[in-house]
Amino acid sequence: MTEDTQNSRNRHARSQGIQVALAVSLYGISFGALAVALGFSVWQTMVLSLLMFSGASQFAFIGIVGTGGIAAAGAAIASAGLLGIRNGLYALRMSPLVGPGFWKRALAGHLTVDESTAVAVAQGDTESSRHGFWATALALYAGWNLATLVGALAGDALGDVRTWGLDAVAAAAFLGLLWPRVTAREPIGVAIAAAAVTIVLIPSVPAGIPVLAAAGVGILVAIYRHGVARGATSPEQGRGS
Amino acid sequence: MTLWIALIAASLVVWALKNAGYIVPPRFVEGALMSRVAGLVTVALLASLVVSQTLQESGEIVWDARVPAVGVAGILLYFKTPFLLVLLVAGAVAGGLRFFGLMV
Repeated sequence: MTEDTQNSRNRHARSQGIQVALAVSLYGISFGALAVALGFSVWQTMVLSLLMFSGASQFAFIGIVGTGGIAAAGAAIASAGLLGIRNGLYALRMSPLVGPGFWKRALAGHLTVDESTAVAVAQGDTESSRHGFWATALALYAGWNLATLVGALAGDALGDVRTWGLDAVAAAAFLGLLWPRVTAREPIGVAIAAAAVTIVLIPSVPAGIPVLAAAGVGILVAIYRHGVARGATSPEQGRGS
Repeated sequence: MTLWIALIAASLVVWALKNAGYIVPPRFVEGALMSRVAGLVTVALLASLVVSQTLQESGEIVWDARVPAVGVAGILLYFKTPFLLVLLVAGAVAGGLRFFGLMV
């Protein structure tokens, strides 16, 4: 029963992917409900899940437009994009795994997110990684969009955001997305600095700008820390990175 | 109509970034700096969004029912509570405080 054949490793990767996808999909319910409660139509909400398909970027977009209005649209687009950078880096790692073929790569491109990448890299060999990636990606796309629809229809029935505490749910959603990323000193420091900059700027600049300033803090710290890390390795050891 | 344009534009930007990773040769972008930027920008943006969604009300800092709700969410996350339960409890705390007139 515990035979470690390639087939059983592949099967294990697929079932792990489907479990992750199901768990994360449930989160789509809150996205759908929140988007509609913030004033997006069911269709607009669905287009975000179908076309943008990246949880953090989607939440950022509806959060910023929902509180800052259409005037904050530029900041919302920029924030969604900045949160999408990491997907591009995941794609670099997934590219050799996915292999050649235009349509296959285009589909993989759309479905390369936190979860599909995480399941793929958690596997021990290339073939089971490939199985894990596709199982997670396809199950999550189906589940996330279905959950968004359920949430959007439910949100339509809920009405006022504040009565049900949905404004607090939005804040808690961002905290939930942030939580697994602040496990070391560097990200904790950046999170605190970004929060401080945001609080200071909110009363004095238009909506959406504080979040972009916070992103700037992240970029500056990354560049500074990169320089420190490079300086720490002696030049004789090679050309660095 | 303008909201639609913003929504499609943002979606296309995110979509293009994902696909860029499959088109651009890795040696142009891969490296310690890029992965550090991507990681820390994500943390900075999410931290900023936590704060603004908790404290901002039409361009002002306010202290309302969202604050205790997010505090409770933090405690639940610390104890590894599932996401959806965290969100439900956060909503219940804020909604409950308002229902009983304890906070706005």
